[in-house]
Amino acid sequence: MDIRSRNNVNVIGRDDAPVLLMAHGFGCDQNMWRLVVPVLAERYRVVLFDYVGSGGSDLAAWNEERYSSLQGYAADVVDVCQELDLRQAVFVGHSVSAMVGVLAAQAAPERIGALVMVTPSPCYIDDEDYRGGFSTEDIEELLGSLEANYLGWSSAMAPVIMGNPDRPELGQELTNSFCATDPDIARVFARTTFLTDSREDLKGVSVPTLVLECEQDAIAPREVGAYVHKAIPASRLATLAATGHCPQLSAPEATSEAIVDFLESLT
Amino acid sequence: MCRTGGVPEPAGTGGEASTDAAFTALLEDSVEDLYEYAPCGYLSTLMDGTIAKINSTLLDWLGLDREAVAGRKRFTDLLTVGGKLYHETHFAPLLRMQGELRGIALELRRGDGGRLPVLVSAVIKYGTEGEPLLVRITVFDASDRRAYEKELLHRRQEAERARAEADEARRQAEADRARLAEALAVLQRSLVPDSLPAVPGVETAVHYHTAAPDQLGGDFYDLFPVAGDRWAFFLGDVCGKGPEAASLTSLTRYTLRAAAHHDPDPTSALTTLNAVLHERYTADGDPRYCTCVFGIIEPGGQHGPTTVRLASGGHPPALVLRSDGSAEFLPTPGGLLIGIVPGAPIGTVETVLAPGDTVVLYTDGLTEARVGAGRDDLYGEDALHAFAADHAPAAPREAITALTGLLQSFGDGLDDDTALLALGVPAAPSPLGPETGHAS
Repeated sequence: MDIRSRNNVNVIGRDDAPVLLMAHGFGCDQNMWRLVVPVLAERYRVVLFDYVGSGGSDLAAWNEERYSSLQGYAADVVDVCQELDLRQAVFVGHSVSAMVGVLAAQAAPERIGALVMVTPSPCYIDDEDYRGGFSTEDIEELLGSLEANYLGWSSAMAPVIMGNPDRPELGQELTNSFCATDPDIARVFARTTFLTDSREDLKGVSVPTLVLECEQDAIAPREVGAYVHKAIPASRLATLAATGHCPQLSAPEATSEAIVDFLESLT
Repeated sequence: MCRTGGVPEPAGTGGEASTDAAFTALLEDSVEDLYEYAPCGYLSTLMDGTIAKINSTLLDWLGLDREAVAGRKRFTDLLTVGGKLYHETHFAPLLRMQGELRGIALELRRGDGGRLPVLVSAVIKYGTEGEPLLVRITVFDASDRRAYEKELLHRRQEAERARAEADEARRQAEADRARLAEALAVLQRSLVPDSLPAVPGVETAVHYHTAAPDQLGGDFYDLFPVAGDRWAFFLGDVCGKGPEAASLTSLTRYTLRAAAHHDPDPTSALTTLNAVLHERYTADGDPRYCTCVFGIIEPGGQHGPTTVRLASGGHPPALVLRSDGSAEFLPTPGGLLIGIVPGAPIGTVETVLAPGDTVVLYTDGLTEARVGAGRDDLYGEDALHAFAADHAPAAPREAITALTGLLQSFGDGLDDDTALLALGVPAAPSPLGPETGHAS
C-alpha cells in the first residue's frame, strides 16, 4: 500500500504556497485540525495525515514494535514528506506530535524548515526538579480509562468508517467515531506518548520554532511550555487565552492567527 | 397489576377521588424538583469547564457542598488524574467536534476520597450565532455495570493470557521436536558413512532411502580397506526400527569392521557377528537379529581379474549386471538370519568382475515394495531381475540412478527404508570415448 493511503494523506489549499504539515496527537486523528484548516488553507498548502493506527490509516500496516517509540511516528512523518517530496515544510504538531516533529526534523533536516509545537510536553512524568505533571500510576489510570471505554470501539464498524472518511453518515451508528481506535493500538500509543522522556531531544532543535501553549492546560501546564521555550534557543512562546489541551478546537481563531503570525515573521 | 406504592390507578378502575390525587401529585413534580432530584446527576459547565450548575443528586453522590463546587470547580476537577488525561485527549476534542457525546465511562472523585464509576453523556448548547455557550452533562451511576465490565475485561485478559501460554507451549514443543529430529538425523548419519572411500580400480555408488524422516532406520552399509589391497564391504538390515534398532545397527557395524580387520574372510566376519549378537541379545532373552551380505573385493589392477567373495546370512541375493547386457543373482544358499541361533550357517558365493560388470547389494525395502493397483503385490526378485537385465550393462552410478528412479516410481508403495550399494570395474578405457569403448 502506498504512503498516501497508508497514512490517509489529504492535501488542501494553495499549490504554490508554503507547506504546513499538520500532525495530530494521541487520542483522535486529523479531524482535530478541522476548525483551523479552512483559514490556513487560504494562505498555505495544508497537508493532513493520520499516523498508522489512528483515524483512516491502514491498520494492517501497524506493528507494535515500530509504534512503541516516537521514532516510529517520526518515520511516518518522514515517509509522508518523501512521498510528497516536501522541502522546508512547516511541521505543526499537536501534543505528543510536537516531539515527533523534533525527531523528524533531525532525521530529515531538508524536509522540515520550521516547527509549530502546539501544547507540547517533552516529558509527562515528574522527575526530580522537573514537573511534568503526572506519575506513572496516573498513566496506568489513563490506560484503565481507555479499557473502560472499549465499548466505544467496534471492530466491525471500523472498516466502514475508516474506508469512507468523506461519508461520515456511514459511521453514525458509532457516536464517538472520530476517536474510534483499536484499543490495543491506543494502549501502545498512550504508553509511548506519556512514558517517553524526550527532554534531551529538544537540544537538537535548530529550526525556527513556535511554542503554543494555553493559559489552562491540565496535560501541558505553563511551566512545561516555559521549559520547552527555554530549551530551544530559536523558539518563540505564545500563550493563548484558551482552556484545555486542544486550542485548535477550543480557540481556533487565536490558534490559526498565532500560526500565521509566526510564519509571517519568518519571511 | 400491582396497585400499591402510590402508582396512579387507571381511570375507571378506582374512585374519582384517588385519580385526582394522582394527577395532583404529578403536577406538583415541578421541573426544578425533577432537575434537583432526578435519578441521575446533572451539571452544566462554561466552555472552559467551570461548573455553573449542578443538581442535588450528583452533589449527594459525591458528598460535596454546592458552595464548594458551583463557580469554583471545573468538571475535570471531579475526575481522577487518569480520567483528566482521557478527558483532554478524547472527551473534550470529541465533544467539540461532534457537539455531543454519549456513554463515556469515567470515574468521579468523591469528597471522602472514594470513587464513583459513572457513564457520562454531554451536549453543547449553542447560541443563536452558532457559538458554543455551555456544556450540559448527565451522569449515571455505573457502579454495578462497571464491576460487570471489569469482570468481562478480566476474563478476556485471562483468556488472552491462557492463549499466549498455549502458544508458547506449542512453540516450545515444536522447538523440542526440531531438536529431536536434528539429534535423530545426526545419529542416523553415524550409522552409515558420510561418503564412500575411493577404491583404486573400482567404481562405487550408494543410495539410502529413508521411509520416515523422524524415525531411525534399520538398514546399514559400509566400505573400508583391509589388509592386502583388499576392501571389505557390507550391507544389511536389522530387525525393527527406532533407537533400539539403531543400537543394534551400531553394534553390528562396529563388530563387522573389527572382525574384518582381524580376519578378512566373509564367513569368519559374519560368524563373529552372529556370535556377538546372539550373546548380546538372544541369550539374554531379547532375540534380535539382522540379515547381512558381507563381501571382500580384490581389485585386479591393470592385468588380473577383480574377484568378489560374498557371504550372506538370510539376506536377499546380490545382483550382477554383466558387461554383455545380462543380469544374474548370486545366491548364497543355506545362510540363516544372523543372531538367532549359535553357530548359524553362513552361505557363500564368489564371482569375477570383468570390466563393465557391476555387483549390486540391496535391502528388502526394494523387493518388498508394494505394487499394483491395490498395492497388494510385492515387487519381488523376478521383477528386479528383469529390471536389471533391462539396464545392463550399467556402471555403478548408472545402476544406482536407475534403481533410485525405480524406488521413486513405487510412490507410497515404498514403505520401508532401502539401502543400495553398487561396486563395479570400469569398462576398458578408450581414448576415443565411450561409444567406441564397447568395441574393444
